[in-house]
Amino acid sequence: MITTRKIATRAAEVNVLSGGTGPDLLFLHNAGGVTAENPFLLALAKKYRVFAPQLPGYGDSGDSDNIRDMLDVTLHSFDVLEALGLEKPLLVGHSLGGMIAAEMAALRPREVEKLCLIASAGLWLDAYPVPDIFTLLPREFPAYMFHDAEAGAKIMATGGNMNDPAFLIPFLVTNARQLGMAGKFLFPIPDRGLKERIHRIRARTILVWGDSDRIFPAPYAQAFKSLVPGAELVSIPDAGHQVVLEQTNAVMAAIGRLG
Amino acid sequence: MKFTWFNLMPWPHLPDDFREKNRSVWVDIDQALFDPVKCHEVYNDYLDLLEYADQLGYDGVGINEHHQNGYGLMPSPNIMAASLARRTSNAAVVVLGNSIALYNPPIRVAEEFAMLDIMTGGRFVAGFPVGTSMDTNYCYGTIPGLTREKYAEAHELIIRAWTEKKPFAFNGRYTKLRHVNLWPNVLQTPHPPIHIPGGGSVETYDFCLDNTYSYSYLSFSGYLRAKALMEGYWNRVGQRNADQSPYRAGFAQTVFVAETDEEAERLYSEHAFYFYNRCLHVYPGFADAPGYRTIKTIQSGNLNQYMRPNYPTLTWKDLVDGGYIIAGSPETVRQRMEELIKGLHVGNIFLLLHVGNMPKDKCMYSTKLFAEKVMPHLRNLHPEHASDNRFWCKPIARRATPAPVGQAEMVPAQ
Repeated sequence: MITTRKIATRAAEVNVLSGGTGPDLLFLHNAGGVTAENPFLLALAKKYRVFAPQLPGYGDSGDSDNIRDMLDVTLHSFDVLEALGLEKPLLVGHSLGGMIAAEMAALRPREVEKLCLIASAGLWLDAYPVPDIFTLLPREFPAYMFHDAEAGAKIMATGGNMNDPAFLIPFLVTNARQLGMAGKFLFPIPDRGLKERIHRIRARTILVWGDSDRIFPAPYAQAFKSLVPGAELVSIPDAGHQVVLEQTNAVMAAIGRLG
Repeated sequence: MKFTWFNLMPWPHLPDDFREKNRSVWVDIDQALFDPVKCHEVYNDYLDLLEYADQLGYDGVGINEHHQNGYGLMPSPNIMAASLARRTSNAAVVVLGNSIALYNPPIRVAEEFAMLDIMTGGRFVAGFPVGTSMDTNYCYGTIPGLTREKYAEAHELIIRAWTEKKPFAFNGRYTKLRHVNLWPNVLQTPHPPIHIPGGGSVETYDFCLDNTYSYSYLSFSGYLRAKALMEGYWNRVGQRNADQSPYRAGFAQTVFVAETDEEAERLYSEHAFYFYNRCLHVYPGFADAPGYRTIKTIQSGNLNQYMRPNYPTLTWKDLVDGGYIIAGSPETVRQRMEELIKGLHVGNIFLLLHVGNMPKDKCMYSTKLFAEKVMPHLRNLHPEHASDNRFWCKPIARRATPAPVGQAEMVPAQ
């Protein structure tokens, strides 16, 4: 069972989802956000005491004009840890959350000992340009996000009529808040110089990647593996960028390797 | 009234099946559709038309900035303005405008506008748009959620550079300059009048009122659909206890004039369809990057980008009856223009008399009819505000004139 609480950092009021018992785990969500019903969050809560702060602009967290760049959001994330009173939790991040987690581990290498980066953003390979998610229409997302686009479309269904202002306006507000914030780190190219700092990571690191990730295809997994000292890569078949939803058990097993 | 003859400078050679075979006229438009030799002719024709408008007595000739598109061929309107500065003599050169968040450092805009202000002898009106999301975010890479903050900082820097008469240091978040000291600096005092293209946000209304800038609504859906938005603006003007001068507002309208209503349809309908069906064919994913609009603006319910009509289904009659275009005989156009001017309470009109793939001769015909048979009847629709010159340029009386071409040969050798 997931509960919520509000904490405050200098940048924003933060809504934190938490639940479960076990080792402490901090989960940083992707650009789509996280809710209390998220199946991956529920799976984490079966094995860990999980904390999933919503980024400013997401869900019930406040907005923040004071977060403008990668350093701001990385320090904000440390402030969240501090406010939650967590000591060296297992740090897990998916996509945008992976990018932030990697920055945290590179910025303060002695404070992050166990790290799991799932389909992480943060690098750019000229030979494999990342699709511009900021131009995708709602109906186009499933094919990019899932190995099984048809099943994915059901998971991502917006459930509303885009021609009805009563649905459209709240939908656009949510989209503007969330992706407006994510764009500060991902737009127009999801690279904020991580490759210049990533060598500083000292954490034991597991990389988790879906084999058919169409956002950050396999060469990105290899790039992270070659840049993070000692990182271990777990490739998961029949999974796309939303590997956490498509192969939840396999991802849990991979995280389990960190002890 | 101030009538500005405005040219978007569209690419007139988009193929008939453009809409079916291409996803967007903007951002990722096919390079194979561009032809620089044809563009040489196009630019020449468009500059001819703007110069013709000056000769016919239009108050202004207008141009603007867009990037990577077949809708408007002016990544740098300042280059066109420089050309117009020499070949026009009375009309204001209206650059509406430069997307100031895109210039690094933004004093580039202050410098180039100062040069234009001087070259034209003060016949210059400046515009500071935020820019479309296509231009600002997708073509120029500005982070959507930071665009407005960057814009506000650029605005502050430009105005200070124009008005502070000694060097100063500027410690901005996006621009840091130790020595700001424009040289040359603007001719008009305190600076050229500024028009702000807006799309219905209260923040922009207030920005215009705070700074005595004219608010321009540059929509292509016509004056009937603009009513609610402009009422929002005038309500805000009232709430702020500002005067109701119509020159606080501008509106862009597509106009076609012929001898009769029937002739207008016969001559111009293909060009109107070209504009609405090809030039406005923007991929929805490029129209509005998340974070580009403020939450307040979205909540205001002004969702033009999402709820725009299905243009390909619109007939000439739909376009005319819906007010998208004003077209017909001089008398028809005069009546509709009067409705527009009074209904929206606007003093600045940006006339789109060139549209889409309209050839030069037809455009000159329409432009001349408007100047001679329509404009004179609309001149004094706001007599009580005739003396309001806050929103228009103030040229110097004795302006230099370019020497006639060929004169160099007549100068005796020393």
